[in-house]
Amino acid sequence: MCSIALSRVLFAPRVVPKISGTVSTRWYSDESKATKTPLYDLHTKYGGKVVDFAGFLLPVQYSDLSLSESHLFTRKSASIFDVSHMLQTNVRGKDCLSWFESICPVDLKGMKDGSSSLTVFLNEKGGIIDDLIVTKVNAETLYVVSNAGRLEVDKQHMKETSEIFRKKGNDVNVEFLETSQRALIALQGPKAASVLQKLTDITVEDLMFMTSRLGKVAGVDCRVTRCGYTGEDGVEISIPAEKAELVTEALLQSSDVKLAGLGARDSLRLEAGLCLYGNDIDESVTPVEANLTWLIAKRRRTDDNFPGSSIILRQIKEGVTKRRVGIRLETGPPARKGAVLKDAKTSETIGAVTSGCPAPSLGGNVAMGYVSEALKKAGTQLFVNIRGKDVPCAVAKMPFVPSKYYIKK
Amino acid sequence: MVVCSVFRVTSRLARSSLATQCCGRALYSTEQKGRFYTKKHEWVSVKDNVGTVGISSYAQDALGEVVYVQLPDVGKEIAAGDECGALESVKAASEVYSPVSGTVTETNKAAEAKPALINKSCYEEGWLFRVRLAKPEELQQLMDQAAYDKFLQDH
Repeated sequence: MCSIALSRVLFAPRVVPKISGTVSTRWYSDESKATKTPLYDLHTKYGGKVVDFAGFLLPVQYSDLSLSESHLFTRKSASIFDVSHMLQTNVRGKDCLSWFESICPVDLKGMKDGSSSLTVFLNEKGGIIDDLIVTKVNAETLYVVSNAGRLEVDKQHMKETSEIFRKKGNDVNVEFLETSQRALIALQGPKAASVLQKLTDITVEDLMFMTSRLGKVAGVDCRVTRCGYTGEDGVEISIPAEKAELVTEALLQSSDVKLAGLGARDSLRLEAGLCLYGNDIDESVTPVEANLTWLIAKRRRTDDNFPGSSIILRQIKEGVTKRRVGIRLETGPPARKGAVLKDAKTSETIGAVTSGCPAPSLGGNVAMGYVSEALKKAGTQLFVNIRGKDVPCAVAKMPFVPSKYYIKK
Repeated sequence: MVVCSVFRVTSRLARSSLATQCCGRALYSTEQKGRFYTKKHEWVSVKDNVGTVGISSYAQDALGEVVYVQLPDVGKEIAAGDECGALESVKAASEVYSPVSGTVTETNKAAEAKPALINKSCYEEGWLFRVRLAKPEELQQLMDQAAYDKFLQDH
């Protein structure tokens, strides 16, 4: 498999209202009316600092660990993240593969039953509507997990396109699982598999990266998919809402496991080189520009029949003018979203940072951004302008921290 | 607020024949151990007309562990409300605004080298910079501890 860039979850940061004068990277807001996930009480119980994130009340961190401690704990042991805010969708029907391939560049027909893939919803110009993980349960059933920040857009998109498809005489039905019905947790880190094995009838050793099984976890019927958003080995567990606490508490019985919040999730995914929708990718960029060309499955390149395929296939052949790259700042302040990137030789503006933060596993800072095609090579020296100062940085290979996915050697 | 009345008294006395005699006491009263706060969660405490500036406990908690500190250059003239530095945590960047006008006399090298001091001890070891006050009367615009506590409660 190519170096996987699983990009998921988080949504464009918003404001911390109480210190809106002070904190400028706008992460969260506490507008109420936000939805509680099935694990809300558990977050409170364990000292979660809960914020409104894309309309859901979720913890940024817990009182027992700082963000970097939680980040490092995940890399050396295992953490549980509540990702119930993400949209889970079941798709059924004889023609479900064809429908899904009509909106994504994925090769579902070539995938084995029980395997999963990162893919993207594309608009007619090849722009990315959202990124998501699709699991081919079997030829007539799909299980899809997409971003909370795009929940309404994704629902609308799936509804509309499936309706049109149905009217042409095809058999496809889309069922959105509400947060009140279904929880989703991510268990991530080198000890995730051993912790899980003690509580499940699934043979975890046989569950390869990007495969998915139904099975019992702590006696509860769940769907377990070996994937994640941290660069570590791990799983995502889809659980009936009313049993979510039970399963999470059972996993937490192990001293190898702690709860982690959105803060660590963001720094982990950045070190892993994974995109955040709304920051690193959006409708204005194509998968080719986003350095996600590998998402255009081989067979689909020949078929030339996915949304925006003529533009995307031309870009693959002829190239693009800008490209998403990793950026490393060994010292100094972190480069955040919006910071202007310049060519170190000419001081000419050549792009901008789309997300960035300190890198607890590496020291210094990591970022992603778009640069002009001529400057995309790893090692290229750049400046990033932070509060009026040009800070030296360099284009770097991603992932910044080697991925530990469970792949057959 | 206490600060306001102290200043009114001071300025009245300064014009009177008692000026010299009272000056010390008047200055002393602006030097009270208290900290004065901005709505943006900086604090300043004044001694010998030099203000020491930091961020409040509320701010450091909201920001999370600070990993990078950018402070104004010594000798720089700054006005109250000016953006004059920044604190970076894993999750956010936070500008620092000066609570008072004046000339920067010193920055906290220890906090620059070890930003975690700002979380550990935001009122003592984790101070940020010092300013020789150009307009001591500006302190009147700031909140004392009680007013700041109330401000936090109301917001």
